[in-house]
Amino acid sequence: MKAKSKNSILRSIANGIGALALISIFSLAAYAEDTLLNVSFDPTRELYEEINKKFVEAWKKKSGKDLTIQQSHGGSGKQARAVIDGLEADVVTLALAYDIDSIVSNSGAVSKDWEKAFPNHSTPYYSTIVFLVRKGNPKGIKDWDDVVKPGIGVITPNPKTSGGARWNYLAAWGFAKKQYKTEEKAIEFVRNLYKNTSVLDTGARGSTTTFVQRGIGDVLLAWENEAELALSESRKANGGNAQFEVVYPSTSILAETPVAIVEKVAAKKGTQEVAKAYLDFLYTKEGQEIIAKHFFRPNDAAILKANVAKFPKLNLFDVRSIEGSWAAAHKKHFADGGLFDSIYSEAKK
Amino acid sequence: MKLIFRPYSKTSFGLSLGLTVFYLSLLVIIPLSALFFKSATLGVSGLWEVFSEDRIQQALYLSFGAGGVAAIINLFVGFLFAWVLVRYNFPGKKILDSLVDLPFTLPTAVAGIALTTIYAPSGFIGKYLTPYGIKIAYTPIGIVIALVFIGFPFVVRTVQPILEDLPKELEESAYCLGASRFQTFTKVILPELVPSLLAGTSMAFARGIGEYGSVVFISGNLPGKTEILPLLIVTKLEQYEYAKATGIAVLMLVLSFMIMFGINYLQNRASRRLG
Repeated sequence: MKAKSKNSILRSIANGIGALALISIFSLAAYAEDTLLNVSFDPTRELYEEINKKFVEAWKKKSGKDLTIQQSHGGSGKQARAVIDGLEADVVTLALAYDIDSIVSNSGAVSKDWEKAFPNHSTPYYSTIVFLVRKGNPKGIKDWDDVVKPGIGVITPNPKTSGGARWNYLAAWGFAKKQYKTEEKAIEFVRNLYKNTSVLDTGARGSTTTFVQRGIGDVLLAWENEAELALSESRKANGGNAQFEVVYPSTSILAETPVAIVEKVAAKKGTQEVAKAYLDFLYTKEGQEIIAKHFFRPNDAAILKANVAKFPKLNLFDVRSIEGSWAAAHKKHFADGGLFDSIYSEAKK
Repeated sequence: MKLIFRPYSKTSFGLSLGLTVFYLSLLVIIPLSALFFKSATLGVSGLWEVFSEDRIQQALYLSFGAGGVAAIINLFVGFLFAWVLVRYNFPGKKILDSLVDLPFTLPTAVAGIALTTIYAPSGFIGKYLTPYGIKIAYTPIGIVIALVFIGFPFVVRTVQPILEDLPKELEESAYCLGASRFQTFTKVILPELVPSLLAGTSMAFARGIGEYGSVVFISGNLPGKTEILPLLIVTKLEQYEYAKATGIAVLMLVLSFMIMFGINYLQNRASRRLG
């Protein structure tokens, strides 16, 4: 009896393993050759729906092949982690360079010099951080200095969990550094900014909800496209009269949203060529126009100029000019024990 | 062919045990040991560093504190619910009974958003409380409310069947022997219910410690003030600090296990006294 029970335990384990092996073989076979998976961050959903449609047509014309493009959206860091853990993305189009750098350092699926693979540090489109205020701007918020005044309620997500929040933080930091020259004053400035917050949502969309739906705070620090989206939603809901206004600060950050081919996966699936063509398409006139339509700032100077009503000219600085690189910025500000942590540990005491 | 009689308890014990062990390892033991292995890469000093971080300690107190308070509230509210549902008949009882299960089926994020909408300063209830200086959303009180919501079916559903099966004669004889209503309740009914009350409360507590979806919306996530432990795990993951994230998870696991162990001990003692 004893020996028998041991045998059947082994047999049942073997059966289970066999079934698992079968399942994984089937799921491997399900990958057709001409599918492309684009792993992207949250606000690009509508943008890529349109890009994909147009690119599939263009690709069919060029190569005669049918192509299916799948998209996956989520928080930028979460998406990068999924790729590191083996999500078979052919291309990644994320919210910050740091996330792609992390794929490089944690899994090597993206090549080290991805930033040079496409023009403009592999950034086909970019965005910036603007202010969304309540209708009529009752608190008179014009620039970053007004945001840190005592008594202003600021809504921004938590930089520890949100890529967008890191852009917000760095935009304020860059402004203060340029305006007040010394590092101490810049730290003071950012501390005052976070003194004015009462909610730190986990993501950019959550912050928009807090500001727009719950009516909390006087100013929302937001992606330009997110602010425009909130504005147009509000117009729709209130018969053309938006309950909010967008305020463009005197200077803000150039929020680079980079793209890269995941070479390891593309090589395995044989999709290098189509993946490159896909990302190249973002730089074409057609691609750039779709990008502008969805409130991301296009790289193409002519198209940007044609949309000047949508994208007022702004003084933009990039991360490289204030901190050298994303990796350095992350280490200094957002890593454990960094400036953001110290702001809060001091505020408590 | 010869037919052999076997008692059903022995029927293919080997196969069923094999399957049980296999599933348990696949779903629980292997993932959890991976957790320990991953956090072991930090080393003792690294782990200690994680545990002694200010923010983590504060989140620890908050998560276990709010979870505990919510569990105790659930103990009373859940008991009251179970009592009403078993002892009385009234119109709409069936509906009330099925409403109890709602927190089980509802995605917790939905619950979190709904609760925040109501308790935010501009919300349905929040706007009447704000003038008195009472803030619920974006404070620990909000966290407790979210945890009460997601935890309370546990107590109701563990106590309800025991209460239903309680023989009527027990109470009647107590009454006949001269016990007052209060005495009947505390000396006869309550001891029977203690094990199930403890079980339900500890489940609600366990659920509350690990809860993420409903809490992140209502808490406001201010570092050192309203950050819960699961949020800190997400925070670490967002910075690709896998080892540190699992370190916090291990801390939660060990603490919860110790608390559960304690509660189980109490529960065993309570049921032994009954037997």
